[in-house]
Amino acid sequence: MSEYLVEIQSLKKYFTKTSGLFKKTQKHIKAVDNVNFGIKKGETLGLVGESGCGKSTTGRTVLKLYQPTAGRIIYDGVDITDYNEKQMLPYRKKMQMIFQDPYASLNSRMTISDIIGEAIDTHKVASSNGERDDIIATLLQRVGLMKDHASRYPHEFSGGQRQRIGIARALAVNPEFIICDEPISALDVSIQAQVVNMLEEIQAETGMGYLFIAHDLSMVKHISNRIGVMYLGQLVEIGNSDEIYSNPQHPYTKALLSAIPIPDPTSEKSKQRIILEGDVPSPLNPPSGCRFRTRCRYAQPKCSDVEPELKTLDATHQVSCHLY
Amino acid sequence: MEKEKVLEVQGLETSFFTHLGEVQSVRNVSFDIYKGEVVGIVGESGSGKSITCMSIMKLLQHPGKIKNGKVLFKGQDLVTKTAKEMRQIQGDEISMIFQDPMTALNPVYTIGNQMTEVIRAHKDLSQAQADEIAIKMLEAVGIPSPEQRVKNYPHEFSGGMRQRAIIAMALSCEPELLIADEPTTALDVTIQAQILDLLKGLREKLDTSIIFITHDLGVIAELCDRVIVMYGGMMMEEATVTELFANPQNPYTIGLLKSVPNPETLTKQTLVPIPGSPPDMLHPPKGCAFCSRCEFAVKKCLDEMPEIYEITPGHRTRCHMHHPNVPKELRARLGGSAAK
Repeated sequence: MSEYLVEIQSLKKYFTKTSGLFKKTQKHIKAVDNVNFGIKKGETLGLVGESGCGKSTTGRTVLKLYQPTAGRIIYDGVDITDYNEKQMLPYRKKMQMIFQDPYASLNSRMTISDIIGEAIDTHKVASSNGERDDIIATLLQRVGLMKDHASRYPHEFSGGQRQRIGIARALAVNPEFIICDEPISALDVSIQAQVVNMLEEIQAETGMGYLFIAHDLSMVKHISNRIGVMYLGQLVEIGNSDEIYSNPQHPYTKALLSAIPIPDPTSEKSKQRIILEGDVPSPLNPPSGCRFRTRCRYAQPKCSDVEPELKTLDATHQVSCHLY
Repeated sequence: MEKEKVLEVQGLETSFFTHLGEVQSVRNVSFDIYKGEVVGIVGESGSGKSITCMSIMKLLQHPGKIKNGKVLFKGQDLVTKTAKEMRQIQGDEISMIFQDPMTALNPVYTIGNQMTEVIRAHKDLSQAQADEIAIKMLEAVGIPSPEQRVKNYPHEFSGGMRQRAIIAMALSCEPELLIADEPTTALDVTIQAQILDLLKGLREKLDTSIIFITHDLGVIAELCDRVIVMYGGMMMEEATVTELFANPQNPYTIGLLKSVPNPETLTKQTLVPIPGSPPDMLHPPKGCAFCSRCEFAVKKCLDEMPEIYEITPGHRTRCHMHHPNVPKELRARLGGSAAK
């Protein structure tokens, strides 16, 4: 029995891009390249990085919404990598997802009770129609809505309320693990804290594991126990969230953290900011060796030749950089 | 020292006359912008911050209309100007940067083409001279090898570079006032840091006044000299940046500051969210726009729109708590709540 609820080992997801006459030439976009991590029960792992770094693809591959190119996905000690859809069905009940855009993720032609009830029906959670209605009512109350909202349609709700409906839908089948893919980035500041607090309460009640994907680093720090930093499809640093913020080791993590604007003008003025030059290179043609070397100020000749491996600094903190 | 006023907005009211009724997007907004300062306007979506700036630029689309108020730019009232007269000012003396760098450029013209179009529309220059300015501006915003880059089309630029090109375009006629409408919201944090750094540098060089619209309090803290907080189409509070963060005096500002985590504190913070959601501007509340979500709300807040009170010079807030008849102890609760 492994100590992790969900564990991924050397996970890879390549997308193939074809071009040329008869689509002969093939190129691989290495969206996720050799990523390892584990999430325990009741723990939140935050995944951060710039857009295009592969954090959402990682999340979707863990749920096998994409079939991984290589690597293993282990859920509660069982290797589910090669399971087919039928074998996956019981695991679909255990793993759920909350999506970024509350406007696109709810079917506008279904009522709220249909949206939440769909999963209940698929997984046969309720034995009777009465029980189904009860479950939906309890869920709606759990996420701070009212039970008579069940007969309404998504357009009657605000963005924050829709995100609550999305959360209720994920909770409907009593999952053990939820992937939150940027669940707050489409919401207003005053609403974000409502949703984050609710996610934390639900976790405290049920002991669920979260994979929290976001680019808002201050919120990620707030909600996560551990944080993984991704760059161009690779995990460059992973550690406890306080450790990552107070003692970042990878040059990319340092730059990323120094770029967060702090809502406090006094500390903002005294802060040393590391400005990264240029943009993220194309994942179609990533730099050789260390992928960050083109923007790294500590880059040495070795960095372009040898790809750094994830090295363990202490029990919880790992970093992939030749400096260590 | 009395600084020169670049822009004075007085009692601005803008409404959209839809088939469902009048939506009062901007309600009685007044503020001044001085030369060379950066003023942040912060607020949630629908708070009227963008519409305020669209009204200043007179870029409102039908059915939007300025109902009342004055926008004095260097002493002239922009509200009464015709579209033709405004075109002389737009892009020349006042220019604007938009949120989405992907859609703000025309994909079928080169960057250079689009830049020189602006320059030649306002200045009597030859194409060659305009090209020279375009190259110089691209260099100023940190685009490498600008001589080649002016010949590129927008799709050959990354998001951050497009936003730089748009900033270069906006500044090419050396405007007195630059309005930036969430210019970094669509960008990654590392690119956002590059753009904010660029704006800080340009501001010192060119002495341009900037109105910076955002919903990110962190960006405000980093870039701005003064802040205006908007909610439900109204100005809730106005103060210098240091004053606003250290001593917020409006329940909405206090709530906003408590609902964002500060990544620098090591201990686990509890976020205190503002309950409820923003008001429906089709049927705005009769009294204070924030009263349904405010922990200090009393009956008066429901019935009567609060006035703006000046607490200390430059620090203004719209809240009944600051009425001179409210006992000091009661008002102290505001400060106590902010400190928590």
